[in-house]
Amino acid sequence: MVPLPYYLTVSAILFCIGVCGVLIRRNAIVIFMSIELMLNSVNLTFVALSSVLNSLDGQIFVFFVMVVAAAEVTVGLAIIVTVFRNKATVEMDRINLMKW
Amino acid sequence: MLAIFFVFSAISVISALAVILNRNPVKSALSLVVCFFSLGGLYLLLQAEFIAVMQVLVYAGAIMVLFLFVIMFLNLGPEGLKERRGAIISPGASWGIIYLLVPIFLSLLYAIHHPQAFTGASGEYTSEAIAAAGGNTRSIAMVLFSKYLLPFEVTSVLLLVAVVGAIVLAKKRL
Repeated sequence: MVPLPYYLTVSAILFCIGVCGVLIRRNAIVIFMSIELMLNSVNLTFVALSSVLNSLDGQIFVFFVMVVAAAEVTVGLAIIVTVFRNKATVEMDRINLMKW
Repeated sequence: MLAIFFVFSAISVISALAVILNRNPVKSALSLVVCFFSLGGLYLLLQAEFIAVMQVLVYAGAIMVLFLFVIMFLNLGPEGLKERRGAIISPGASWGIIYLLVPIFLSLLYAIHHPQAFTGASGEYTSEAIAAAGGNTRSIAMVLFSKYLLPFEVTSVLLLVAVVGAIVLAKKRL
């Protein structure tokens, strides 16, 4: 049996890689992928803790997180397609219509 | 068991790094598929078979196909596909990483290695109880369709809103 801190450490590393991706990348699609990475690291935490605590609630929460992620990706990619149609770019520092 | 864990976690961390360090979005997406598959392996190690299968079907299958479809659909040309030289780290982001990310990571590690932070009431679903009830998927279904029935139904409304929203946003003329 793998100890719980190992899973949580992997999850923390993946989450921080996701935050790094959001901070350093300019391509909107890659930023979206980094957000998916963060959601997945949280899912790993949910499943590890639910297995340690002998509870299924964590796995059901992972199910709901997956549904929300699917909805979020659908709407977000539609927004990216619309922005690309108007601005002909997906780089975040060139999309500054709302920047004062 | 521990060896399998280290293999899967090493693959997931390396491919996650490849996601954020590749300049080509298509390669990033393919690395993310590898990362999702290895996370599915970790779920299998935790005896969460249903979540592992969902991970491969929904994430590595459906969501990544959507990502690749949009990357190909936008047809980012050579200058769009490769980001501008030196653009991978903007100067503000490096300060953000130092002052935001390092404290977050250190506090996460501190919390993780002090296990008294994770004292919860232990539930009734031990691995023996799950095996006696007919497996992981059956047990999840029992809980999902009794205790979490209302959130499950609300989920369908959320998906409907997402479908309508995506069509409204992406269609040129309704």
